[in-house]
Amino acid sequence: MITPNDPMIPQQYRIRQRQQDNADTFTLELEPTNGTVLQFAPGQFNMLYVFGVGEIPISISGNPATPSKLVHTTRSVGTVTNAMSTLKTGDVIGVRGPYGKSWPVMQSTGRDVVIVAGGIGLAPLRPAIYQLFAKREQFGKLVLLYGTRTQEDILYRQELEQWRARFDVDVYVTVDRATSDWRGNVGVVTNLIPRTPFYPPDTVAMVCGPEVMMRFTVQALQKRGVPTEQIYVSMERNMKCATGFCGHCQFGSTFICKDGPVFSYDQVESFIGMWEV
Amino acid sequence: MSSTPNVGEHVIVKRADFEQLLDALNARNYQIVGPTVQEKAIVYDEITSVNDLPIGWTDEQDKGRYRLKRRADEALFGYVISPQSWKKFLHPASLRLWQAEQTDDGFHITETAPTAPQYAFIGVRACELNAILIQDRVFMHDTYVDPNYQSRRTEAFIMAVNCGQAGNTCFCSSMNAGPKVSAGFDLALTEIIEPDRHEFVVEIGTELGAEVMGEVAYQTASQAVQEQAEQIVTEVASQMGRLLDTTDIKALMYRNFEHPEWENIGNRCLTCANCTMVCPTCFCTTVEDVTDLTGQQAERHRYWDSCFNMEFSYIHGGSVRSSNKARYRQWMTHKLATWVDQFGTLGCVGCGRCITWCPVGIDITEEVATIRKTDSALLTRLREK
Repeated sequence: MITPNDPMIPQQYRIRQRQQDNADTFTLELEPTNGTVLQFAPGQFNMLYVFGVGEIPISISGNPATPSKLVHTTRSVGTVTNAMSTLKTGDVIGVRGPYGKSWPVMQSTGRDVVIVAGGIGLAPLRPAIYQLFAKREQFGKLVLLYGTRTQEDILYRQELEQWRARFDVDVYVTVDRATSDWRGNVGVVTNLIPRTPFYPPDTVAMVCGPEVMMRFTVQALQKRGVPTEQIYVSMERNMKCATGFCGHCQFGSTFICKDGPVFSYDQVESFIGMWEV
Repeated sequence: MSSTPNVGEHVIVKRADFEQLLDALNARNYQIVGPTVQEKAIVYDEITSVNDLPIGWTDEQDKGRYRLKRRADEALFGYVISPQSWKKFLHPASLRLWQAEQTDDGFHITETAPTAPQYAFIGVRACELNAILIQDRVFMHDTYVDPNYQSRRTEAFIMAVNCGQAGNTCFCSSMNAGPKVSAGFDLALTEIIEPDRHEFVVEIGTELGAEVMGEVAYQTASQAVQEQAEQIVTEVASQMGRLLDTTDIKALMYRNFEHPEWENIGNRCLTCANCTMVCPTCFCTTVEDVTDLTGQQAERHRYWDSCFNMEFSYIHGGSVRSSNKARYRQWMTHKLATWVDQFGTLGCVGCGRCITWCPVGIDITEEVATIRKTDSALLTRLREK
């Protein structure tokens, strides 16, 4: 018997395009085999299933204005992502979603917006960046701060260069460890916060990266005077169902899958500094 | 045969007529599940007649200890609770969610989860019924609905039984979850057993319960008999083996997140996950995707999981909760604090199973008392004086 409404049943999507972003990171552009387009909001994620191997949560990194191209950027770090990285154009994968809360882009009109990304944390923020650019005149200053370990790890390099050429956004890129041919900033991304132009009391910040990077970024933003409830982070925990049943993604009193992954910092502040929550 | 009683009415069913209750449920095609004696324990399993019930048996429970014992009488429900709760029927420990096969064009789903039987549960205790109501919130009244739980739950007939005795690890009174069955039942029984009298006072909870009772020989329960039944459960409430002071419990847990007692518990805890397996409210699961040897057929299975397992919190780079103390804290803080923020109730019903089945005898009621005695807020106040 087939129950069509079962939230654990994946839908089939075909890989339309595959791109290797850097040594261990790749981007898949998917299209539904049955033509049903998945509307999504920036910051939401899907559960991606590789036939017979397993399922993992991956944030959507494409443009919400063109949802017929479903884009996911993934780093090969485990069994499922390694298997996924071997898939080719035309192969089929399973998709469940979209799940979770989104970045508060449309709630930020009239304000300065600061985007802070670390490593692959830029992927879940890219839909928000697209949406900000699409309605650019509705926002104040727009700042993008991006940090990676080395320059080889820089994601969406071409796009970053295009964005940096625009006059309506300040883009700063920094690397933790530089080689002799790097002419940009060196150091952690939090170092950039004190010297970037935005008006803290009227700024919305969207932060995504490793948990420790987010913690220190938030501290630097708070120090500049950005109110805690205007700072948003995207959290990561183990996830098996994405529908609040499996219990794996609990973080304090929240379920990352349905209450997050995007949280205003005051929602998670009391747990984020604690050991092993 | 008698006429159908009204919802809310109390009637009497004689021990000799008890079989008729099972017959009436059988005639309605229920799969009847009730207490049986198996493997030296009370086990909820399929029953076909009253003789399958644990006639004349009781249980002794204490920290890390469980024994069956003969009673002096022939009571049908003279034990406290089974090691496993009704969770194993409503939220199975293992479930195949779907099957799929690879095609030239991708894959297609060939089967989803098997259809659940229509269960009639015999002998659901007040704490267990409250645990079911708590899991209802998780699986049916939140953002998403679990169709597997929902189909089992909405079809189930519940014949609850008020407790005639409290176990040594029981603390349902503290959790406001018993011993009297108060809501969510089709029929609720109180067993009265005296030298020349063995009968059940039955409260009718629903229209369905009334219809079933209409097919059974019964008498109206006099005021005196109702009071006697009431008296039995009132006495049980005063016999609780354990107490848990729930005053301001959520805030107590939250403000003692860094309490040194977690370290102490972590040193004793084996992270065996027994407490989560026997807990009637614990709901966590994991998912496993598998294929056959050809790789053409794939299946997804769901199994009970536990926050005590190392892999439970694994994300790239390692497990978030790698220490014992962090895993125990996650479990206990979930039951007594975060659950309230998530689902609007406490996640503990005081059934005591986690105490009985902990191989090293960790007792949640003692741990709460220890933390309360050395509450960080209290200590701060003392230091300020």
